[in-house]
Amino acid sequence: MDPNIHLIAVLVALILLAPLVTVALCLALRRPRICEYINLAAAIVVFAAVVRLLPLALATSHTFLNGYLIVDSLGVWVLLSVATVYLLASLYAIGYMRSMQEDSRLHRFYALFAGFALTTLTGPLMNNIGVYWIAIELTTLVSTFLVCFELGRESIEAAWKYIVVVSGGISLALLGIIFFYWGGSLRLGSTYDLTWSALRAVAPNMNPTIALAAFLLVLIGFGTKVGLAPMHTWLPDAHSEGPAPVSAMLSGALLNTAMIGIARFIQVSDAAHLGLLPRIVVVAIGALSLLIAALFITRQMGIKRLMAYSSVEHMGVMALGFGFGGPLGIAGALYHMLSHSLNKSLMFFGAGNAMQVFQTKRISRIHQVLSRMPVSGLLWLAGAVAITGAPPFGLFLSEVTILRAGLLGPNAWAVFVMLLLLIVIFVGFLNHFRAMYFGAALSPDTLPEVEDPLSTQRRLSAWCVVPMWLALVPLLLLGLWWPGAFSHYFAAIAAQLAGGAGP
Amino acid sequence: MLAAHLHPLAASLFSLLAIASLLLAFVMLGSRWLKDYLVAFGLQSWLIAILSAAVGYYGGYHELYLIAIFTALFRGLILPLLILRIIHRLNVDRELHERLSPSSSLVVGALLVLFAFVVSTHLGDALGLAGTVAVLALTVMLSMKLIGFLMLVVRGEVLSQILGLLVLENGIFLGSQILVPGMPLLIELVILFDLLVVVACFGVLVRYLVTHAGTSSTYGLRRLVG
Repeated sequence: MDPNIHLIAVLVALILLAPLVTVALCLALRRPRICEYINLAAAIVVFAAVVRLLPLALATSHTFLNGYLIVDSLGVWVLLSVATVYLLASLYAIGYMRSMQEDSRLHRFYALFAGFALTTLTGPLMNNIGVYWIAIELTTLVSTFLVCFELGRESIEAAWKYIVVVSGGISLALLGIIFFYWGGSLRLGSTYDLTWSALRAVAPNMNPTIALAAFLLVLIGFGTKVGLAPMHTWLPDAHSEGPAPVSAMLSGALLNTAMIGIARFIQVSDAAHLGLLPRIVVVAIGALSLLIAALFITRQMGIKRLMAYSSVEHMGVMALGFGFGGPLGIAGALYHMLSHSLNKSLMFFGAGNAMQVFQTKRISRIHQVLSRMPVSGLLWLAGAVAITGAPPFGLFLSEVTILRAGLLGPNAWAVFVMLLLLIVIFVGFLNHFRAMYFGAALSPDTLPEVEDPLSTQRRLSAWCVVPMWLALVPLLLLGLWWPGAFSHYFAAIAAQLAGGAGP
Repeated sequence: MLAAHLHPLAASLFSLLAIASLLLAFVMLGSRWLKDYLVAFGLQSWLIAILSAAVGYYGGYHELYLIAIFTALFRGLILPLLILRIIHRLNVDRELHERLSPSSSLVVGALLVLFAFVVSTHLGDALGLAGTVAVLALTVMLSMKLIGFLMLVVRGEVLSQILGLLVLENGIFLGSQILVPGMPLLIELVILFDLLVVVACFGVLVRYLVTHAGTSSTYGLRRLVG
């Protein structure tokens, strides 16, 4: 019996109850200012609890509530990235949502926001695969209403596409889960609990044909939710039309919770001895995501769509990391996950600030950023350099690690594809920033009405700038120094994920 | 597993119910009228409820009786009523601009069933279940899945899209009753409940769509590209 088990139980309860209480309080109190701070307090509690949970989950995994909840190192790592983004986005939301002047509906926004955080935090903790599927489905339902919160024509269009494409896609994952259950039931008898460990244990004896079919179905299904090409079509719409804090949550938190489903199913496919095919498919989908992202980033016109396609790119990189596998690939993918969460929050906050200042989403109408928003402009520019994978930021280290992992494995071709496309994306992405920062000023008649720069400064409140610092500083630290504790942690996760056998 | 050694009468009853459900999916494909879709969907849900009860009876899974009752109640009654409310609010009673006429959709649907049959036969052979009702269940499950996706692709009315998604779910549910009748009760109930929430969310979203975007057809939604 682990002496820490009670502490873990309390922490998990805190992580799940804090957002739940927030939802109830926001709906009950209906005061915009109070709801802001309640949500922020919940985010701080969740973040603190996750940080405390991190070392406790290192040694072994624990299950609670009759085996429905699992606390393991992989799940807690994802919780860390979710909690980080939730905290940053809650800070940012205070400034951003005030500027939208929707105070009468703001309590609903925060109730939905906390509800979204709750479902996203629930996913990685689910041990029963069926319940995990439901948690992922619930994230879609809640976030749909955040995407269309502004009730503009475009945002409703985005929400509709989001819910239809993702519900349709994820129903394929349910089919795959039923196939897995069926394959297992031929060995275990007709009634059993389909937990991750049960599935891994039965996988070596499962019929390979059915295991392969099931794996491909769950890969497509959860891949839709992760936004891997060619199932990514909902992602640019949903990410670009929601309010900026919601975009950050969608990109930095939500996608990761679906990604660990894929990571865990890869482990099952390894245990089932399906040969090289499953990993080749994962790697190919990852490479395709990079390709699609590279094409759309280069020709992009909308600032938030640019960030959204960058998410497709980074999910592709993560899929490559998990697809290459091995301790190095898994470590790279997980490091990438945290760095991307920080970095993409920073980018969406910057985009939100630019939209507040310039009143447009079009890249061509944003110009001379540094003269209009000097501090947050610089932070945003640093973030742009970081997100393309340039040193000295976190994503550089993780991408190099993933490249090294790929060279060791059988899919070395993908390393060269990845390298080439990363360079294309680097050039394409930063070219937009060059135009926005250093391009010639637009001619006066096309300018939006000129305001004196002081008023602009006043409008960007500290709430909108501080979270950018809070994202950039750790990102820089992660780039300069790979903490030794993380290496231990990733080794533990890799050992856990390799529990079955090699491919 | 259950499907491998069944009483012949039970096997034919299961087959009959499964095939009738598949036929109802074709009724949806072959019609333009939203009310037809709804009636076909409701009937299909009732057939699946009967199937659950039959599997429960012949296989000795008594908790399936409960599932049957909930299926009939949720899928056969509450969901159609919710959707009927949406239809009344919309003032649309038929598909106006489908991408593929009903007759062509029927042909494509038939091809999809063929494809599903080939895949299921292959899977059935691999598992040594050739010729059992399991292969039929797989065929119907995959066919309804594909037909649901076909409806999502070729029909533009928001309601057809909701029903397309529901056909996807019905297909999975039907197949799972025969293939994995022992699935834990809790999971099945949560999935049923989840469906209710999905349709409620769609209802709200349809209202937004009509009031703020002024359209009940997804063909109007083409602003976000690139």
